[in-house]
Amino acid sequence: MSHADEILPNGRVVRYDFGERLTHWTAALSYIYLLLTGLAFWSPWCFWIAAVLGGGQTSRTLHPWIGLIFSVSVINMFSKWSHQMHNTEADKQWWRSLKHYIQNEDEKMPPAGRYNAGQKALFWSFFYGAIILLLTGLVLWFPEEIPWSFRWLRYVAVFLHPVAALATIANFLIHIYMSVFAERGAIDSMVQGDVTLHFAKRYHPEWYKEIVGGSSAPRK
Amino acid sequence: MSQATLRVQKISGHAGSIPGEDTQRQYTVAKLVDTTTCIGCKACEVACVEWNDMPFSPTTFDNTYQTMPETRWNYWNLILFNEHEKEDGSLMWLMRKNQCMHCAEPGCLAACPADGAIIQYTNGIVDFQQDKCIGCGYCISGCPFNIPKFNKETKRVYKCTLCTDRVSEGLEPACIKACPTGCLHFGSKEDMLVLANQRAKQLKDNYNFPNAGVYDPQGVGGTGVIYVLHDATQPELYGGLPSNPQIPLMVKLWKGPLKWLGNLAMVGGLIGLAVHYLRFGPKERVETPHEGVQP
Repeated sequence: MSHADEILPNGRVVRYDFGERLTHWTAALSYIYLLLTGLAFWSPWCFWIAAVLGGGQTSRTLHPWIGLIFSVSVINMFSKWSHQMHNTEADKQWWRSLKHYIQNEDEKMPPAGRYNAGQKALFWSFFYGAIILLLTGLVLWFPEEIPWSFRWLRYVAVFLHPVAALATIANFLIHIYMSVFAERGAIDSMVQGDVTLHFAKRYHPEWYKEIVGGSSAPRK
Repeated sequence: MSQATLRVQKISGHAGSIPGEDTQRQYTVAKLVDTTTCIGCKACEVACVEWNDMPFSPTTFDNTYQTMPETRWNYWNLILFNEHEKEDGSLMWLMRKNQCMHCAEPGCLAACPADGAIIQYTNGIVDFQQDKCIGCGYCISGCPFNIPKFNKETKRVYKCTLCTDRVSEGLEPACIKACPTGCLHFGSKEDMLVLANQRAKQLKDNYNFPNAGVYDPQGVGGTGVIYVLHDATQPELYGGLPSNPQIPLMVKLWKGPLKWLGNLAMVGGLIGLAVHYLRFGPKERVETPHEGVQP
């Protein structure tokens, strides 16, 4: 069993251990189901998705249960990663250089650690989005149990649930774009669990320094 | 449900046009409930249960003349009772037959995501189609009158149909037929409004009810059930009838601006990412997995 940050004999470095990958993909698959059924409930033009996934009734029944699985895996990811997600002074610099990041001028970016500021923001917005989705989702699961005098709870829930969902959809699109398309090699970290040292050095130089012991400053 | 002679004008969760829309004109129908002549006999409640083949429903005795606290999934018609103390210390027993109001702009229909689960006929009747209902309960949040009720066993929502099956065959609703005092009337909305205003005028001129009036709330586009009230300035006295019912603001925001902004953001986001890839491409063009920069 390989451990995070361990350099393997083949010259690759472990970024995510098995537990982290399992949690991530549990969240990912459940999220995709929630996204598809959620879109079906969001717009009549997407309601056909519910038909494809077994019908409106089935989708409505399973959506909250899959939501619980998603919530548990998000909380699990929180317990695994939140201590690595604190914002630092360097992260503020990172945001000021966002333009360079978008234009792929990574050499002009302040050096990032294990996570850059964008990844940290993604983590937190996914986490808080999931919490809001969970709380409002519980209300929407059992609307008939909410007494008439507490109907404001339902009104808040029907509005905030899609708002939080839209926020996570923005995250989701950026997350997939970055990991699959923009940063070649990033997806390996979540599938096999490791990346090349070159990848570590290029995108996470501070992390790279830590792994290799910080003795030799990495060259560009 | 008998839909043969009724034409549909609004469909919940429906993409595209409405089949048969505007092919036939029909009277907008309405029930008129004159609360000033209701004696609270519950004949309408029994008739509703009978006609709609619903089982016996346990009643709650709470020292009033009310059958149960609120309508149920299988009890659509309930006379709400309020013992109102007037300023001079005398008492009035206010009875209001409560059921679906059949709003012209129904909040339940606006909130419903299931295609065809809630429809509005050209005659104004709002009807739930349980075979298409997905049981999400959004209609419960869309309704300002607390009418749609969820059945936990069938996982569907139910409410008064305004006896579509009877009305489509030219009959009056069961509750109207059963009323012994004539406080219930059924006909075209236009006729019912005339009748209601006549009665309100009578109450003002001859019976010392200066605030008598007709309840036909415009916040939901008018309703298919209208009331004559002794005091139209205080509808809340009649079992909490809202004075200005509206589709809840949060439901309107969700189904209005949020939907457009959200759709724009999702489509815009996808296009934006695609354009970014075309303009800037991946951060590193060739992935070199075996390069293995050594420390």
